[in-house]
Amino acid sequence: MGQMSDLSRREILFGSAAMAGGVAFGSYAWAQPAPPVAADINPLAKELARNAVTFNPWVEITPEKIILIAQHADKGQGVGSIQPLMIAEELDLERDQFEVRFAGPSPAYFNTGFAHELAPFMAPDQSPAAEKARAAALQWLRKAGLQMTGGSSTIPDTYDKMRMAGAIARETLKATAAKRTGIAASKLRTEAGNVILPDGTKIPYVALSADAATVKPVTNVKLRDPSQWRFIGKPMERLDIRSKVTGEMKFGIDRKMEGMVYAAVKLNPNKGQPIRSYDASKALAMPGVQKVLKISNGIAVIATNSWYAMQAAQSVDCMWAPSIYPADQADHWKIVGSSFTPEFLAKQWRNDGDVDAALKDGTLLEAEYRAPYVAHQPLEPLSGLGLVTDKGMEIWVGHQSPQSVQHIAAKAIGMKDEQVTFHNEWMGGSFGHRLEFENVRVLAEVANQMRGTPVKLVFSREEDFQQDISRQIAMGRYRGSVKDGKIIAADAQVCATAPFKELQARMDMPTKDPDAQLAVGIWNVYYDIPNYRAASFEPQGLAPSTTWRSVGASANGFFTESFIDELIHAAKLDPLQARIDMCKIPIYRKLLETVGKMADWKGSLGNGKGRGVAFVECFGTAVAEIVEVTMTDAGIKVDKVWVAADVGKVVDPINFENQVQGGVVWGLGHAMNCELTYAGGGVQQTNYHHHEAMRMYQCPVIEVRGLENDYTVRGIGEPPVPPAAPALANAIFAATGKRIREMPFNKFIDFV
Amino acid sequence: MIELIVNGLKRQVDVVPDMPLLWVLRDELDITSAKYGCGIAQCGACTVEVAGAAVRSCQVRVADVAGKRITTIEGISEDALHPVQQAWIEHQVPQCGYCQIGQMMQAVSLLKAIPKPTDDDINKVMSGNLCRCGTYERIRVAIHAAADKMGGQ
Repeated sequence: MGQMSDLSRREILFGSAAMAGGVAFGSYAWAQPAPPVAADINPLAKELARNAVTFNPWVEITPEKIILIAQHADKGQGVGSIQPLMIAEELDLERDQFEVRFAGPSPAYFNTGFAHELAPFMAPDQSPAAEKARAAALQWLRKAGLQMTGGSSTIPDTYDKMRMAGAIARETLKATAAKRTGIAASKLRTEAGNVILPDGTKIPYVALSADAATVKPVTNVKLRDPSQWRFIGKPMERLDIRSKVTGEMKFGIDRKMEGMVYAAVKLNPNKGQPIRSYDASKALAMPGVQKVLKISNGIAVIATNSWYAMQAAQSVDCMWAPSIYPADQADHWKIVGSSFTPEFLAKQWRNDGDVDAALKDGTLLEAEYRAPYVAHQPLEPLSGLGLVTDKGMEIWVGHQSPQSVQHIAAKAIGMKDEQVTFHNEWMGGSFGHRLEFENVRVLAEVANQMRGTPVKLVFSREEDFQQDISRQIAMGRYRGSVKDGKIIAADAQVCATAPFKELQARMDMPTKDPDAQLAVGIWNVYYDIPNYRAASFEPQGLAPSTTWRSVGASANGFFTESFIDELIHAAKLDPLQARIDMCKIPIYRKLLETVGKMADWKGSLGNGKGRGVAFVECFGTAVAEIVEVTMTDAGIKVDKVWVAADVGKVVDPINFENQVQGGVVWGLGHAMNCELTYAGGGVQQTNYHHHEAMRMYQCPVIEVRGLENDYTVRGIGEPPVPPAAPALANAIFAATGKRIREMPFNKFIDFV
Repeated sequence: MIELIVNGLKRQVDVVPDMPLLWVLRDELDITSAKYGCGIAQCGACTVEVAGAAVRSCQVRVADVAGKRITTIEGISEDALHPVQQAWIEHQVPQCGYCQIGQMMQAVSLLKAIPKPTDDDINKVMSGNLCRCGTYERIRVAIHAAADKMGGQ
């Protein structure tokens, strides 16, 4: 903790207003000593094979093969493909010439992509003050060494870093070949895994590995001009597509190990609470069952097969400690609704002009919006493989936060973080679910009671639903006024459980700062409204919540863009043109104009058809969407969606389109069909028929365009989510005259 | 012992007759391409063919398929990739990919029944297969492409 005092001063600078992918690193309390400067460490050097070389934490070359490290976790967004390909771009490797490995826990893999979010300046702000704050935030991150996948930071973090890693490796290999042959490095070139001498002789990189280890890495390198790129920005096949189509891909749940046993669990549905007692007599008599173990919040069955274990776990009678949050849903809403008070005020994020005076001038509008708890439920259930010995624990689990896995597992079994060896796995989705630790802690507890035997844990879908730490519950209370065909005031108040702050606490990095995620979607609003106020409130004593794809903006974007639509309607303006006219940022205006052109927007449609538009920036990426619906006899049909998103540079165009389409499906499906509700302390939704999100029959055609006007490269995993719900609600209003102010919409209107 | 024929090979397993085929494939025979998603026929990730028809293997008792022809993704094509798999690659359908084996097994079955499906046909048959990443539109496009490859036969 040597550097903590140093860091805490900066915390005052960034902490309070931090807009980090939630990352308000406020009272940072990492359970290990502060690492040395991350850039100086290379975890690959620790376990290097004979005659192998590593130039930096992303490239390793042995006499047999080339290994490229995917720094982030792959939950389906394409990390395991694009990150190695960005290295290969500069290293002059073909796509079949290397192996991909996921990064182990190390501060060397600190996420630079959080720097923009940490600095309390809006995304388009390029002022010297903003840039200075971002540079300082980057320094802070470098020292903190925090490795985490999240906040749509995969590309922003690694766009330069991966290419630089490849370029350094390439130039060092050339220097090695120069030393060996006596030919100047400037006369050598590289292609397809070889250094090529002037006479055409090829020296494979792998043949240089032993010598290269004795050469000082050449770090003074220049990145190539984009005109020379072979992969980046061009349509390409993801490296993982084929194995995912043949069935060869092994996800975490597919991993096996000699001598392993299977575990299933039954856990207290009153989240976070212990088990009091249990009766396992029935379970112990069931086929395949070896043992029933007590763990802190439930029981685990050890069996010879996952199904035997799950069946037996169900049959254990458990007495649970009751919930410490309200048992029933209505009381959750009651607490949220009564917490818009100074006592629960987290922060007033903006206060432009004189809102109170302006609200009295013109026509007043008031509206209340709601966003319920929702589940993540990626299709691969929580799982993991663990082996505890007296020396430590080895754990194989797909997770977005490697260092936290070490910490949580170690803490659960009374070991030190560094005694836990973590191996990341390909994930069958996450959406924020695999930033939490339910499976990690449980697996550590179970494997600790089975020392020496590898344990494979698989949550049943029902357990996964019941233990899913959900999206925040949120309510928005908005007031605004219009006068002479203009919006003259808006006052956005949001009361919601604090998703990132709660996650930080569970990571043992607690902070008292307001959750910056609750500002996203109310603070970074780019319309020219002369009197504008935004504040967040954080109610206490509710069910736990965490980051859910797009985090704060998933609720706040719906509230704000719905209310803006209501104000525009009251001002008798066109929803798209009014947004364009009010938008203060030229590249964002362009985005709105683009999506309008894509949809050939011409105002109202009639004939039961309606279109809605919404525009939200989150994690620095601005996205505009138009949704078109038709009111049919059977209900609302979602016909088509147009999306324009500006990411500065589209790195992987096909995957970009896929991510955007998926984000829209995620945003629409949950807004239409999903909520988690509590009854008796547990959630009532325990499988997909209770929480369907979108199935194919409801999926519209989604047309996507990526713009490259932004001044820096941005992420795309989450930003397409927030505009989807408000664009749909606004479209339903246009088609039917009915304003839906609460998700899920199917409580208020039928969908085909 | 229960005898199964999986992808043309005879396999023997020693499990209770009630065990769902899914868990026999995954945990006993190490065929992990069939995925566990929901256990109640709500997601389709476990879809395999039994005697040429797509079934949710989480709902099939192993004793009921003894001696019947069981086909997983590894067995749907003799040599090269099946046209459905080819189309899945060409249109880069998968994101996380966890549901996609089940999607393709269902698509193969759809194309057997309806060689030239409309969007409506696809929506009807494929709506039992969940994709949490939201690749539905790419699946539709890929199924049309596969139908073209197979010549609508």
